[in-house]
Amino acid sequence: MCDQTFLAEVFGPCDKCSKDKPLRPVYVESEQLSYCSLCVEMMATEGLRENETLASLKNEAESLKGKLEEERAKLHDVELHQVAERVEALGQFVMKTRRTLKGHGNKVLCMDWCKDKRRIVSSSQDGKVIVWDSFTTNKEHAVTMPCTWVMACAYAPSGCAIACGGLDNKCSVYPLTFDKNENMAAKKKSVAMHTNYLSACSFTNSDMQILTASGDGTCALWDVESGQLLQSFHGHGADVLCLDLAPSETGNTFVSGGCDKKAMVWDMRSGQCIQSFETHDSDINSVRYYPSGDAFASGSDDATCRLYDLRADREVAIYSKESIIFGASSVDFSLSGRLLFAGYNDYTINVWDVLKGSRVSILFGHENRVSTLRVSPDGTAFCSGSWDHTLRIWA
Amino acid sequence: MERMIVSMQDPDMGIKMRNQRLLITVIPHAMTGNDIVEWLIQKYGISEEESLHLGNLIVKHGYIYPLKDPRSLVLRADESPYRFQTPYFWTSTKWPATELDYAIYLAKKNIRKQGDLVEHEKDNYNLLHKRINHTWDFVVMQAREQLRAAKQRRKGDRIVIDCQEQAYWLVNRPPPGAPNVLEQGPERRSCHTTQVQLTQNMDYYKREIEYCSKAMARTRVKSSICLEGYIKFSEQYMPHDPIMSGCLPSNPWITDDTTYWAMNAPTVPTPTKLRVERWGFNFRELLSDPLGRAQFLDSLKKEFSAENLSFWEACEELRYGEQSRIPEIMDSIYQQFLAPGATRWVNIDSKTMGQTLEGMKTPHRYVMDDAQMHIYMLMKKDSYPRFLKSELYKNLLAEAVIPPETKKRVFPFMRKQRHSSPSPALFLAAGDAEERSRGPTAAPVPEEES
Repeated sequence: MCDQTFLAEVFGPCDKCSKDKPLRPVYVESEQLSYCSLCVEMMATEGLRENETLASLKNEAESLKGKLEEERAKLHDVELHQVAERVEALGQFVMKTRRTLKGHGNKVLCMDWCKDKRRIVSSSQDGKVIVWDSFTTNKEHAVTMPCTWVMACAYAPSGCAIACGGLDNKCSVYPLTFDKNENMAAKKKSVAMHTNYLSACSFTNSDMQILTASGDGTCALWDVESGQLLQSFHGHGADVLCLDLAPSETGNTFVSGGCDKKAMVWDMRSGQCIQSFETHDSDINSVRYYPSGDAFASGSDDATCRLYDLRADREVAIYSKESIIFGASSVDFSLSGRLLFAGYNDYTINVWDVLKGSRVSILFGHENRVSTLRVSPDGTAFCSGSWDHTLRIWA
Repeated sequence: MERMIVSMQDPDMGIKMRNQRLLITVIPHAMTGNDIVEWLIQKYGISEEESLHLGNLIVKHGYIYPLKDPRSLVLRADESPYRFQTPYFWTSTKWPATELDYAIYLAKKNIRKQGDLVEHEKDNYNLLHKRINHTWDFVVMQAREQLRAAKQRRKGDRIVIDCQEQAYWLVNRPPPGAPNVLEQGPERRSCHTTQVQLTQNMDYYKREIEYCSKAMARTRVKSSICLEGYIKFSEQYMPHDPIMSGCLPSNPWITDDTTYWAMNAPTVPTPTKLRVERWGFNFRELLSDPLGRAQFLDSLKKEFSAENLSFWEACEELRYGEQSRIPEIMDSIYQQFLAPGATRWVNIDSKTMGQTLEGMKTPHRYVMDDAQMHIYMLMKKDSYPRFLKSELYKNLLAEAVIPPETKKRVFPFMRKQRHSSPSPALFLAAGDAEERSRGPTAAPVPEEES
């Protein structure tokens, strides 16, 4: 006699393959169904297959990344400072604060230059956006935004409008008017709509288009007049904190940096990510193209600034010092690209020799974090904005 | 910062700590402000100013506290004694400094020495009293307990603990007017949140794989070539960089003299030598300078190929123009430049022309890109080099001015009056929508007197 177990089974059409077979109860998304044994088997292995493919995809991705690094390393035959040995060292560097712009009642978060080389727009935590003639230190326009923490502002290429945004998740464009009877806020145009805070914005070559970066992890290109979304750029795994447009004549790419430690280069036409660099150890606060457009620098919370070359497709220099322990919030190049100015959270500005990798000078003056830094369009000076409520022009 | 603190406390390489005298009590494991500054200078090879600045930041963040004047978190580079804050109180532990704790602290101070509370502390004390009135007995009881326990310790320990607590609360409840070092700005989703982990699914990896495969296939340039490029670029532009080489007659920000801007305004009768030289660096420099572009246009007119530049400009207008006007602009470009028998017909090869005409069936801003690139390259490879060799350019170079350096003022303290310049926005009223779309070429000349 052999032991035999008999299961009391229901016989009927299977819920999946509809064949008449003995059925087993099966739970799919908390609903009870009856499958035949064949379908039960298939369901079990499917689940297994999906996990397998996820793991195998992950492995494939990792190994490809490794191979990519190898490929990149193959062409790396020399370091920047080696090549720069034959370049003359820079002499004593003296830069002083030439203007101090006081008038913001709270932390200055962002600023931008006008193409006329002397006007600037700046925005602050209390929602105020001010346009200054920084040469005379006169305020020319002021707008109060309905939100606090206005983290992004930009001047239009024509000098006739400004764009700004922050915790309101929007980017608004204000035409500048000298008409005393007109309230600037009346002509405001709401252009961009994101699902999280706006961290950076910039006009392209004209007043008609704006590029924005947001805490929702995306960048987007908008038509100003209609507010229409022209292109969106997905790929960052976390908040995007900064962006910069490439100075090329064919004007089609831009770079963005985010909290996922990646700097990504995008094609504005297709919305695709062309290149991606991930060597920082922390959030990337600021990216800026080298004047020739062949490279870009980034400043990060890991207290370093790095230079990435687009043609060699790799990081080519790190600008760091043991005594610098605070993050870099903002970077910009001098006109010739020889100097990199970086504002840090330790209230100082460090000036780096881009080619030699050494620090040329350290500038004191601000009494709180330096949050933004831009070189003027003709390279005669640079402006820094800080949490100490002031902006300083250095030359 | 903590790495730095730890290395400071290293028994061999760190700061030498001794017993410091504070009035009559001896405090062990303390150091002087001078010691700190010296050690920083030595370890990191920085200047005294920087070392003092860095030291001050360390004190402001509460990692080192002063013993002598515990109310102000400032580093003095002299014999004043300092101590390292216990890790319990480090800001990075991110223990919430609760109201209850603060109330106990203030109550202790109040009980111990009536009238010892500073203005803002008094205000806070009263506020807290109102807010957590229900547990006030507990607060007072705790305060009394802690004071009693403290009395049983040696005077030195007591002072140290007091200073530690004081420093901690100065950092966590800064007095009005002092910057709050703990403030960070709007919260960011960092990499470590579960949000990102959710996206680590198949799509994410598929995208990564796709990207990596494409990236593998891209052509890369040897590092040596790229890096040489930077050196060449810097050398070429060095004389043009005002911060590096100064500018003639003088940097307006330094001398308050705006002659430099007047001489380099977008439209001047005689451009400066540096400016004309720059047009020879590359085609982009020439086109981005309105004066250079105008000169180039003149030279093209002589060669009867001026329509190329006009076509390029029109395409730029299409690319950066208003979304709603795209079909209109595209049509106008076609009529003027591409249609058979057009008045300003441009010479494009048949393949590109075919592609463009095909693309025009669905108007979009990039429809002219191929044609535009073709014409751009034509100008760059052909007309531009000829322009540089032409008599026109040579004359421009010869006639270009080199402004004399402004003589140093005899009375350096007499500040020149700074004149304002007309804002570009003033010209908005003139209704130049066309101008606006073309961008910087429309900037007016700032009128200045030197």
